[in-house]
Amino acid sequence: MKHEIQDSNSSSARGLVNGLTQRLLHGDIGSLPVLLGLVLIAIVFQIANPNFLTPLNLTNLLVQIAAVGSIAVGVVLVLLIGEIDLSIGSVSGLTAAIMAVISVKLGLPGWLAILAGIVSGAAIGLIHGWWVAKLHVPSFVVTLAGFLGWQGALLYVLGNTGTINLSDPLIIGISNSRLPVIAGWVIGVVFIIGYAFTLFRERAQRARIGVPNQAVALVIGRIVLIAAVILAAIGMMSVDRNPSRTVPIMGVPSAVLFLIGFIIIFDYLTRKTKFGRYIYAVGGNAEAARRAGINVDRIKIVVFILSSALAACGGILAGSRLYAVNQSSGGGDVLLNAIAAAVIGGTSLFGGRGNVWSALLGALVIGSIANGMDLLAFTSSIRFMVTGAVLLIAVTLDAYTRSRRELTGSS
Amino acid sequence: MDDHKKSPILELKKISKRFGAVQALSEVDFEVYPGEVVGLVGDNGAGKSTLVKVIAGTYQPDSGQYIFNGQEVSVNNPHQANMLGIQTVYQDLALCDNLDVVANLYLGREETQPVIPGLFNSIDEITMEQRALHFIEDLHVNIPSIRSRIATLSGGQRQSVAVARAVMWNSKVVLLDEPTAALGVEQTQQVKELIVRLREQGLGVVVISHNLVDIFDVSDRIIVLRLGKSVAKFQTHVSNPEQVVSAITGAVFGATENEAKN
Repeated sequence: MKHEIQDSNSSSARGLVNGLTQRLLHGDIGSLPVLLGLVLIAIVFQIANPNFLTPLNLTNLLVQIAAVGSIAVGVVLVLLIGEIDLSIGSVSGLTAAIMAVISVKLGLPGWLAILAGIVSGAAIGLIHGWWVAKLHVPSFVVTLAGFLGWQGALLYVLGNTGTINLSDPLIIGISNSRLPVIAGWVIGVVFIIGYAFTLFRERAQRARIGVPNQAVALVIGRIVLIAAVILAAIGMMSVDRNPSRTVPIMGVPSAVLFLIGFIIIFDYLTRKTKFGRYIYAVGGNAEAARRAGINVDRIKIVVFILSSALAACGGILAGSRLYAVNQSSGGGDVLLNAIAAAVIGGTSLFGGRGNVWSALLGALVIGSIANGMDLLAFTSSIRFMVTGAVLLIAVTLDAYTRSRRELTGSS
Repeated sequence: MDDHKKSPILELKKISKRFGAVQALSEVDFEVYPGEVVGLVGDNGAGKSTLVKVIAGTYQPDSGQYIFNGQEVSVNNPHQANMLGIQTVYQDLALCDNLDVVANLYLGREETQPVIPGLFNSIDEITMEQRALHFIEDLHVNIPSIRSRIATLSGGQRQSVAVARAVMWNSKVVLLDEPTAALGVEQTQQVKELIVRLREQGLGVVVISHNLVDIFDVSDRIIVLRLGKSVAKFQTHVSNPEQVVSAITGAVFGATENEAKN
């Protein structure tokens, strides 16, 4: 028995390959398809238009997806507990409007306006979550009602103005400022060192108490890969990307920093804390979670609060980027893009499987398609159709791997 | 099992339970000793499930005594039963398919370590894994890795994990509801071996099953329920399946002659 356990975690390369093959056979493909998809998209658009893979365009792409990506983080959490939130678009528009009214019409300070926007988002989530958990109304219906209702509230809050232009420097700065180049590098390097330190400390602890350990080559490989991606991204955002060379534009955009920040915080929360573990448990088998003494209702309510609060953050990022909040804020394709991003990134619609990084990966796919099509001067008709096809492929993969897993699992 | 000088770890005396017009249990006596496997058998509707739920704390009896470790207690909910060390593994397993073995063993009781002391804790995976590893080895549960997701395990392995989870927390009595239903021959064998090891570790094990072959393989004693009454008790090694079937169906009323003298 001991031998068997050791073997599957053995430090040999063979064990590694076996483990990977096992996972793939069991339909545990994770983020692999979306990464391949991203590479494919990049190649196609780069061939079609050499401006696609330039620092300016890629940085713009990241800023463009910051809002939808942040909203998609909330969608991932909701999907993980096996629910859905259709109100996120409306909520992001409404909360941005609340912020705008407090800042512009009431003339209160920017930080207060931002806080009010996020808190009102959280309050909306509390209503949704309570309704779903305590009244047992399907989340599809509750948040569909929210989708309509909060859209109405957005129009109501904006009144007859229609559009509110933002001017508060703090609010504008959320999406439209850049980190000094040196700060970007420092943050990146500190993060990489911290990551490497955590992995090696865990290895040392495991070795000390004799628990199976990962191969050192694998750990180093992971660190090198992560470091390469981070350094390449920061490097790309640290060169002067102004094509006219008048004033230099360089440094990590603040919107990107917020998006990455949300991803890292919620990734940690879902993977390393009891709360995160219970999110997966509720999505995997709510009855089992309840029998294990987990307060399932509480988990659901908190997840809906987080979903709406993240939608509010996304709405504020979007309003800040456009310098305005209007009647169509959070409308259009915001809702569908955010849900599609989470699913394309690899989070299951059936609950319990996926991770927060899928929000970023999926948003990158959708953002790349939109951005690339814009560069090629395609109309949005084509863009919608292509995005729809990609979504269909992603969900089909999910359904296929799910049935595959059930097949192998019950053998 | 002949030297039952020691006292039962769990004893129910004259337990009755009525649901409206239906007398589900009437004056049922039941007991299980430490290090003993009791097979609880009976036809559909005989009251097995009701009795299990009374023991597990899901139902409260209308009358009768619930005696744990020599002391009469009142068990008003499943949590109180768990606190006493009584665990129930139901047919539908109650595992999370999407989590691995360690996460399931510890679900709801995760070990944590402070990240920001007093404010914020993270899950201590290493401590959990270490204890889970030892525990799984002690029980000889045969799984590919304790980091395998439940979805990738066979039915027998899942059942073993569910049982391991139930007995991991200082349990004294474990109730297994149809532990071998829907399992193949080899997997059934796995679960039976696990039951034997639970007995060796001194737990009182109650196996509820329709499968008399399995019951005869693993049990020390068999208690038969019929129409809400405990109609017969057998010492397994001096009984045969025909006698038990007779008691279950009520064909021979003399079956109680073989009743165990405790």
